[in-house]
Amino acid sequence: MLADKDRIFTNLYGWESPNLAAAKKRGDWDGTKKLIAKGREWIIDEVKKSGLRGRGGAGFPTGLKWSFMPKEGDRPQYLVINADESEPGTCKDRDILRHDPHKLVEGALLASFAMGAKASYIYIRGEFYNEAVAMQKAIDEAYEAGLIGKNACKTGWDFDLYVHRGAGAYICGEESALLNSLEGKKGMPRNKPPFPAMAGLYSCPTTVNNVETIASVGEILRRGGDWFSSFGNERNHGTKLFCISGHVNRPCNVEEELGIPLRELIEKHAGGVRGGWDNLLAVIPGGSSTPMLPKSICDTVEMDFDSLREVQSGLGTAGVIVMDKSTDIVQAITRLSQFYSHESCGQCTPCREGTGWLWEQMKRMTRGEALIEDIDVMLDVCSEIEGNTICALGEAAVWPVQGLVRHFRSEIERRIVEYRKTLVA
Amino acid sequence: MGSVAIKKIEQPKSFKFSKANLDKIEKILAKYPSNQKASAVMPLLDLVQRQHQNWIPEVAMEEIARILEMPRIKVFEVATFYTMYNLKPVGEYLIQLCTTTPCWLCGSADIVKACEDHLGIKVGETSKDGKFTLVEVECLGACVNAPMIQVNDDYYEDLTAENMIELLEHLKTGDDITVGSQTGRTGSCAEAGPTTLESHAKKAKIKMAEIEEDK
Repeated sequence: MLADKDRIFTNLYGWESPNLAAAKKRGDWDGTKKLIAKGREWIIDEVKKSGLRGRGGAGFPTGLKWSFMPKEGDRPQYLVINADESEPGTCKDRDILRHDPHKLVEGALLASFAMGAKASYIYIRGEFYNEAVAMQKAIDEAYEAGLIGKNACKTGWDFDLYVHRGAGAYICGEESALLNSLEGKKGMPRNKPPFPAMAGLYSCPTTVNNVETIASVGEILRRGGDWFSSFGNERNHGTKLFCISGHVNRPCNVEEELGIPLRELIEKHAGGVRGGWDNLLAVIPGGSSTPMLPKSICDTVEMDFDSLREVQSGLGTAGVIVMDKSTDIVQAITRLSQFYSHESCGQCTPCREGTGWLWEQMKRMTRGEALIEDIDVMLDVCSEIEGNTICALGEAAVWPVQGLVRHFRSEIERRIVEYRKTLVA
Repeated sequence: MGSVAIKKIEQPKSFKFSKANLDKIEKILAKYPSNQKASAVMPLLDLVQRQHQNWIPEVAMEEIARILEMPRIKVFEVATFYTMYNLKPVGEYLIQLCTTTPCWLCGSADIVKACEDHLGIKVGETSKDGKFTLVEVECLGACVNAPMIQVNDDYYEDLTAENMIELLEHLKTGDDITVGSQTGRTGSCAEAGPTTLESHAKKAKIKMAEIEEDK
């Protein structure tokens, strides 16, 4: 188990004040000026060395992403922080916004300096009203104390940080949809290229990073990239916030080492599966988009990007949704199909039409009102959606269904057979 | 997607931002480059809702278009795209019931039923006294405190059918409303106490969870 001294988010649960004085006591804003004095290259190198991969779901190496930003140019450059936390099963960024906002303010300054961005926007999902208020309060305190604004931390670097609230649209968690939304448009994803590092917010070079990613940067730079990379597995380094929800005895958020075995995570921190480990049916390991894993895989799988990819799933946001044997597993996924159908922005036909159709089919599968062959038709349609849309919402919508069929096909078939018996009778 | 049937609602003839909100608009506009006023469309729609009984009339969208120097249709597009903009009147308390899988696994159906039975209205309806509107929403991002709901700006978490009904009663009278966990949990910390951050827990006088030894 990760030692307390190596945890970054020490006010995860909000026992202490989120204000500047308390944040400083926890170690935030300690020597920020000195870190900046080491220069842009040093910061990016240290983040590369740390092995930090994006905490929003895709797991792209953060230092590498930063290095895509133009070194010089006459256009403004932006850091945009994605706080549109909406992936079902995920509620970690919320804790940073409301309980440890100074970690994000300081990280935003350091990351922006490293990328040559003089302004940064934090895009917070609209429903997180109180979290946006807490975040704004921390920003105001930081301006007041001269930590950001003109000559931030007396470094000679000018840096402005703003909060922008969303208004209810899962799709705005997709970075280019988020940028459109920030520009005052419908939140519809953009075609890539151009990538945001070339033409992002207001067509200017932009990097979009997740809240947890940016909030980790201060501690990584203070303690060194080697410290962070000493945790976890090969290519999966550092600590990570996990959210454990569903059928566990003590649902909670917790910071742990990447690569912690799923079973250990659930049993040590979430009080175990309701009714004991043998009562486990399946786990969705990284937020709703990641394909579920049956108990046999859960027994041994480790929680990191690559280990979960090997079992045809993913770490995603590390939102762990636990389902015990009482779960109607088909209905659990049908509800996710409803979610994706509701959240499809409607721009691409395969997603707009396909997600609604999938939901309809899944409702039939839940009741068993289908033919055995329909399962394969459904998988065919999944493969028509996958890869044929501008953004990854198409994939996100089909993965849960594919995961269900992969591991619980016999349960779907059983329902179909049961239903057909009632017709004959 | 928001309602497109804007015309069916009885619309007010005019809308003006209050003096206080005009000052806020100044501050909002200062956040964005001077040639990117459209960026302020979302915060301004939110301001309208806060000033105008939690819904956005058509004339207010026209007023926003005028202030931000953008075509009316662009404001309509944004207002109808996002779910949080109410384009028709809603109750004093807009009760948003999360029923996505993590909440559903933890009994959100019981919470929906408790609300419907206790208020005598169905999801999608507003109570006769105009006090409550029930809507079903997608994941609100508080999954380890499931099941949960949002009422106006606030989250109410760790719900049961019983404490949900108590909460409705408190909302009716406006007294003793506890925002957040309804079972006294601190944030996303486990009910039985934390398993980590021992020294911080000690300072906050919070008892650690007892971790069972590996079986």
